[in-house]
Amino acid sequence: MNVLLLLIPISLILGGAGLVAFVFALRHGQFDDPEGNAARILEDREPE
Amino acid sequence: MSTTACPGCVAQTDRVAQIDRGLSGEIRAYHFSLPTLHCAGCIATVERGMAAMPGVRDARVNLTLKRLTLNAPDRVEVEAQVLDQLARLGYPADALDAGTLGRATGDATGRALLLRLGISGFAAMNVMLLSVAVWSGAEGATRDFLHWVSALIALPAALYCAQPFFSNAWAALKVGRMVMDTPISVAILLALGVSLYETTQSGAHAYFDAALSLTFFLLLGRVLDHHSRAAARSAAAELAALEVSKVERVTDDGIQVVAAPELRTGDRVLVRAGERMPADGTLREGATEIDRSFLTGETIPLPATAGTAVHAGEINLTGLIEIEVTAAGEDTQLHLIAEMVRAAEAAKNSYVSLADKAARVYAPVVHLVALIAGGAWFAATGDLRLSVNVATATLIITCPCALGLAVPSVMVSASGALFRRGVLLKDGTALERAARIDTVVLDKTGTLTTGKPQLVGEVDERALAVAGAMGAGSAHPLAQALASAAAGLPKVPLTGLREISGYGLEAKQDGVRVRLGRAAWIGAAETNETATWLKVGDGDPVPFYFADTPRPGLQTMVDRLKSNGLDLILLSGDSKGPVRRLADQYGIAQARSGMTPQEKQDHVNELVAEGRHVLMIGDGMNDTAALAAASVSISPASGMDVTRNAADILLMREELNAVPEILHIAQSARLRMFENFGLAASYNAVAIPIAVAGFATPLAAALAMSASSICVSLNALRVRLAGTQ
Repeated sequence: MNVLLLLIPISLILGGAGLVAFVFALRHGQFDDPEGNAARILEDREPE
Repeated sequence: MSTTACPGCVAQTDRVAQIDRGLSGEIRAYHFSLPTLHCAGCIATVERGMAAMPGVRDARVNLTLKRLTLNAPDRVEVEAQVLDQLARLGYPADALDAGTLGRATGDATGRALLLRLGISGFAAMNVMLLSVAVWSGAEGATRDFLHWVSALIALPAALYCAQPFFSNAWAALKVGRMVMDTPISVAILLALGVSLYETTQSGAHAYFDAALSLTFFLLLGRVLDHHSRAAARSAAAELAALEVSKVERVTDDGIQVVAAPELRTGDRVLVRAGERMPADGTLREGATEIDRSFLTGETIPLPATAGTAVHAGEINLTGLIEIEVTAAGEDTQLHLIAEMVRAAEAAKNSYVSLADKAARVYAPVVHLVALIAGGAWFAATGDLRLSVNVATATLIITCPCALGLAVPSVMVSASGALFRRGVLLKDGTALERAARIDTVVLDKTGTLTTGKPQLVGEVDERALAVAGAMGAGSAHPLAQALASAAAGLPKVPLTGLREISGYGLEAKQDGVRVRLGRAAWIGAAETNETATWLKVGDGDPVPFYFADTPRPGLQTMVDRLKSNGLDLILLSGDSKGPVRRLADQYGIAQARSGMTPQEKQDHVNELVAEGRHVLMIGDGMNDTAALAAASVSISPASGMDVTRNAADILLMREELNAVPEILHIAQSARLRMFENFGLAASYNAVAIPIAVAGFATPLAAALAMSASSICVSLNALRVRLAGTQ
């Protein structure tokens, strides 16, 4: 029982970190061009 | 005070900024549409090509929207320079109007939906973890504790994330209707309420995880639905942005360049050869020939001199003319016809989509079953808490998850498959309607043909060489066709070549006068065919006949449509000769020529009245009324905006072989939708008795919900396979 008091907050914090990352990505337009992003990783030259 | 310590640095920065401004002026964003973008190589080529241009910054390609955005000085020539550079790189492009585009691009709804999806996914996963502990046997205080933590996560998350469903259900309820969102909202709210009550009473069953995963799966359906619509919407916005054209207005102070919507009655406007009339008006100065094929389907250009009435949309072929505007913007004949079409569309019976039909049956049935189950349990046991629990379990387990995903998942698959073929679905229900087509009505000029003439019949090579050499100097489509036909022939030396606007071309060959042009001007008899005449000195006039170039893929389309057992009917406003010739060449049995827009619409109406499902394919003003009257309509994106507005489906490429593929994908999509409804129904047939009998646990609900949603989504993906055949 006592271990739950520790584990539940930990799982919530970890999940929350994922959620914050998702919201950050959404706010910065990282979901605006999914096809382009998929193609760009194939580009081996550094962007100038 | 500035925080920069060194005054020299401040001065330096200012000077640089000044030079920058002096050289380039205000920086603004430019948008370009590049329909042929398709891979990583394209992105690199375009972005590097842009980076090499002086003054151009932050060039960024969006592959999903097939669009290029960049920042550059706000100057007239920038757009043309970028277009030139793109053409050199091998990408045909169009400049988009930033103002028109700006209103449509901010996809706030899509982002808000994605945010809700993310939050509900996060909450559902956490609550599910806690629920697993309960299912595996937590009891007493531990179970209550886990339920309370679940409630703390689930209540705010579900209430926030499910708002789109609540607002839709509320809007429908206010006008006394049931939609798919009604049972969804009731199920979510009831699940939350009952679970909260059970938690306060230390009950065994709480449905917090079910409420959240229901929200998550349904939001997924919404996001997919929005995605497929947004792609169509942004492309439609692009087409609108292409429309805004600049015109040259003649004033006392010289020539001003203004946007077409700013024109007023009485303005004088210059229209150059090859441009479209921006408004209705009267020709004041100059002489030319006018291409009216967009309005009437006629392929023969009409001569125009001072006093001739011209209409918005007609193309000025040969000379520079000045027109006086008699009607602009919303008063033009073009716009009036568009308004009539809009009225006709509004009056047309609205098609009820499969999803709505399903919702109309489903929503009342589910509520009734849950109510009866709760009532029966209360009558049998007298236990209110137990009967409310059973009713809630029934509502949740008959969750419309699978139903909510049934149509959107298929639509996403299908519209994606179509988009890759250069087909844009403007209306979601168009696919359902296209699946039932039995008759195809076709327009000729601009639809089956490109509207560009090509030399036909036997011609004398010597005459062709002369005509070709003359034609090379003119922008007239017939002259251009002659020049390209004569490309392989020896060059003929000509002197004093000049264009006599509205009549033809005149030059001297070895001191002899040569004329190429209209029959009346040359002194030959008029014909019904599209023709031009050549006269060398006092010799006999030599005729050249022309026919429209058929679009690529025409034969494939006709063959495949016929082999699918569809009736093909060609209705054209053009004269008999060209229509008959095209129909015979490609094997279209039924063809009618000289049709007015009204006759076309009447013909389509007659076919519909006979109980046929008619697909109309057309591009011109004269087809618009018929497009609106047909069950489904397809239009090439090169058509006019009124036509594109009336059509359900747009062809973004020139090829016609996409048409049979659209019908094939439509049939496949309709089949998958039915299968999905079948899957959802058979799943309910198993689940409802279990729930009504009181055996449903939160664990069973969670498993059933996920399994049915996954089945439906996987089935929808099969539409993509249909496209690859």
